[in-house]
Amino acid sequence: MADLTTDCAGIKSPNPFWLASAPPTNTGEQIMRAFDAGWGGAVWKTLGNPIVNVTSRFGAVDYAGRKMMGLNNIELITDRPLEVNLREMREVKRRYPKHAVIASLMTESREDWRVLIQKVEDTGCDGLELNFGCPHGMCERGMGSSVGQEPKLLEEITRWTKEFAKTPVLVKLTPNIGDILEPGGAAVKGGADGLSLINTVKSIIGIDLDRMVVLPRVGGQSTNGGYCGPAVKPIALHLVAALARDKSIGVPLSGIGGISTWRDAAEFIALGSSSVQVCTAVMHHGYRIVEDLIDGLSAFLDSQKMTSVRELQGRALPSYVEWGELDLGYKLIADIDAKKCIGCQLCVTACWDGAHQCIFTGPNDGVRPPHAHSHGPAVAPKPQVLGLLAGDRVPWIDEPECVGCNLCALVCPVDGCITMREVDGGTKHETWNDRVKEGRDHVPGGIHDP
Amino acid sequence: MLTGSGTTRAGAGNGLAAERLETLLPDDKPVYTDAEARAEAERCLYCVDAPCIKACPTSIDIPTFIRKIATGNVRGSARTILEQNILGYSCARVCPVEVLCVGDCVYQQWHGAPIAIGRLQRFATETALAPGQPAVLTPKAHGAASKTVAIIGSGPASLACGAYLALEGHRPVILEKKAVVGGLNTTGIAPYKMPAADSVHEAEWVRSLGVEVRTGAEVGTTVRGAALLAEYDAVFIGVGLGADAKLGVPGEDGPGVLGATDWIERMKLGAGSAKTQLGDVVVVGGGNTAVDMARECARLGARSVTMVYRRELEVMSAYSHELDAARKEGVRVVPHVVPVGFARDAAGKLTGVTLAEAKGGRAVDGTHYVLPCDLAGLAIGQAKVTTIVAELAGVTLDAKGCVVVDAVTKQTLNPKVYAGGDCVNGGKEVVNAVADGRDAARAMIRSWQEEANRG
Repeated sequence: MADLTTDCAGIKSPNPFWLASAPPTNTGEQIMRAFDAGWGGAVWKTLGNPIVNVTSRFGAVDYAGRKMMGLNNIELITDRPLEVNLREMREVKRRYPKHAVIASLMTESREDWRVLIQKVEDTGCDGLELNFGCPHGMCERGMGSSVGQEPKLLEEITRWTKEFAKTPVLVKLTPNIGDILEPGGAAVKGGADGLSLINTVKSIIGIDLDRMVVLPRVGGQSTNGGYCGPAVKPIALHLVAALARDKSIGVPLSGIGGISTWRDAAEFIALGSSSVQVCTAVMHHGYRIVEDLIDGLSAFLDSQKMTSVRELQGRALPSYVEWGELDLGYKLIADIDAKKCIGCQLCVTACWDGAHQCIFTGPNDGVRPPHAHSHGPAVAPKPQVLGLLAGDRVPWIDEPECVGCNLCALVCPVDGCITMREVDGGTKHETWNDRVKEGRDHVPGGIHDP
Repeated sequence: MLTGSGTTRAGAGNGLAAERLETLLPDDKPVYTDAEARAEAERCLYCVDAPCIKACPTSIDIPTFIRKIATGNVRGSARTILEQNILGYSCARVCPVEVLCVGDCVYQQWHGAPIAIGRLQRFATETALAPGQPAVLTPKAHGAASKTVAIIGSGPASLACGAYLALEGHRPVILEKKAVVGGLNTTGIAPYKMPAADSVHEAEWVRSLGVEVRTGAEVGTTVRGAALLAEYDAVFIGVGLGADAKLGVPGEDGPGVLGATDWIERMKLGAGSAKTQLGDVVVVGGGNTAVDMARECARLGARSVTMVYRRELEVMSAYSHELDAARKEGVRVVPHVVPVGFARDAAGKLTGVTLAEAKGGRAVDGTHYVLPCDLAGLAIGQAKVTTIVAELAGVTLDAKGCVVVDAVTKQTLNPKVYAGGDCVNGGKEVVNAVADGRDAARAMIRSWQEEANRG
């Protein structure tokens, strides 16, 4: 079995699975139950001056019959007295010395940071995470994402904390910015030992149309909240990868954002994360999901003949390049398996209305749209291959016109019915950047043409 | 092993005839494709303290194994199943899920169709146990503390007992009197649920975990009970039930009248390549064995199939979903009649069964009539196995002929002897037998540990 032990910026844990700073890490009792279930670490619900919360606090987007594809919250940092949290943190560390306990912190003045850091480090916690990401409530008070969106401020506060801290400092970043390299770079300049991302995305989850009130409803009002859950994963993957591949960053990353399964975790690790943090999936299904996270990741590493999580780390990064580096000569076309086709023809309408008009139905040759690149009618394959169920409802591909975009395969409801076939495009490997270098960086018919 | 339907690979080195009558009956619920399994798994709500777990006699953590299918961790899913139920593969196919896990799915209380737990369980185990896949379970190595256990019979209780002992590094030896292993799982399951070949393959997999299997070994004749008690650290009795009971009416002895389990075993293991001329069939009894034989005859092309039962339909012990299925397949169910004799022609060939109307389960005089038939099956219970018990000193039977055991440890009144399955419960499901065998193995291991701790 592969070695799952993790070291993220000097914070060691038995596996890469940490609970993110959120309701699942509100109390010591919860965190100890989570460790018993198998979690490797926990980032304590953000400590600072206790706040007062509102009711209600959460809203969700359901999709196609499945609940909570995205979750939004307007809860603030801890509402419990600091001393209670510290007492519990000390107890957790005493009982679980090998698990990672990280204190998420948020406060204002340099002196407040000094006092808070000293108090939490006295509990024996393994590291600190600076919450510069919370996009609701706290930012209005000059904390959370208002720091994360201001690189100079972020750098300065990070520097203060590094002055006071004896344990590793992770800076948690907000995705509500233009270029993640700015806050990421500022944190590194300030001395951060590592970066955690993403915090939640500033959002309005929806409207109660009967009451005409924004959700989640607090009486007759609401406010913008922080969006998380499976829906934000692609955003988080990009921001993690952008930092991981940039040589000026060079510090360990703790990946966060929509991680629900071991596959999600493996993707974050493959893009450079050292540890991963989970919240929404636990809020939905409980601490017990960690068993499959561990089991599934372990089995995956074994199947890839990898002996540790470190071997997976960053494996997919070299494949992530700028658009200008992509091979313009690479060519795919779609194949429809007539035996699997059920005749729904969703691919046909997707191709005609949403892509490049190259999927036809019926046994006869088709009339290509006037803007087609090829001349003459689209030629139906002969003899027409008919599916058992669908008869002549099985569509066919006008191969010379297919641009290989994937859309038909994405909308097809039948697993493995539409596949993308690699073909020899007849052109050599060439990128847009190559064309720029050679002065061929325009296509006839553009605004630069005479 | 465990790939595709048993019908396509019957006879592939498993000791079974290549062309068996049962192979004419196709699988009712073929194994899911990956996409089908994923789609069904994703419907599962992943309930906490789930009712389906409580409804499973082996307490498989069903929501967890289903979630693992959804995340693509199929081997992990199979491990979750097999750690609790080593015969999770066959149980997935033969369990009456309608009255167990699926019957208690929370979707039943709501508007949705319940999760197809049996089909998902089959998908996970069949996928993970396919040839070339890495081992799902790894037995501990033998050592000084390894114990030897003689296991009598090779049915589900015995296989479970042996497997869980082997996984903990002990040395179980199964003694099976027949040439074919698997007990009723091999000889008695309706072929459209699971053909014999798949049961034999599963038993072979159990053997590969470190369970020695000796066929042709019959306790009481080729092996003596006293020798087992002397040579082994413990003995497990998993012999199931004996021969089909008889009615004791005139004309019963002779061709055409068979015990139902006897007929089913012949149909499953016997050679045959065409839907034989079954003619008109009468099955006597109101339990699940009776329904099985009736449905199998109907599907094999019998001209007519009639189930006769001496009481009212409401008290039949057959599952209602099975009875409904039988009716849809053309089986006629006649309540309140009792066979009082069998009619035969001069050559001794069966021509019919003489029925009488029944009140309170007893024949009413003067109501006799003959229902013509070419084959009659008797599914009115099975004998208890008493000879083996007599071989093992201290083991006792209750008034119904069932072996007396402790409810938790499955230990008989001879502390060295354990028992489980049909010979203890009088005839329940495969899954109950698996639970008994597993619990007996765990109790044995616990007792050896306690013994070792005492020094």
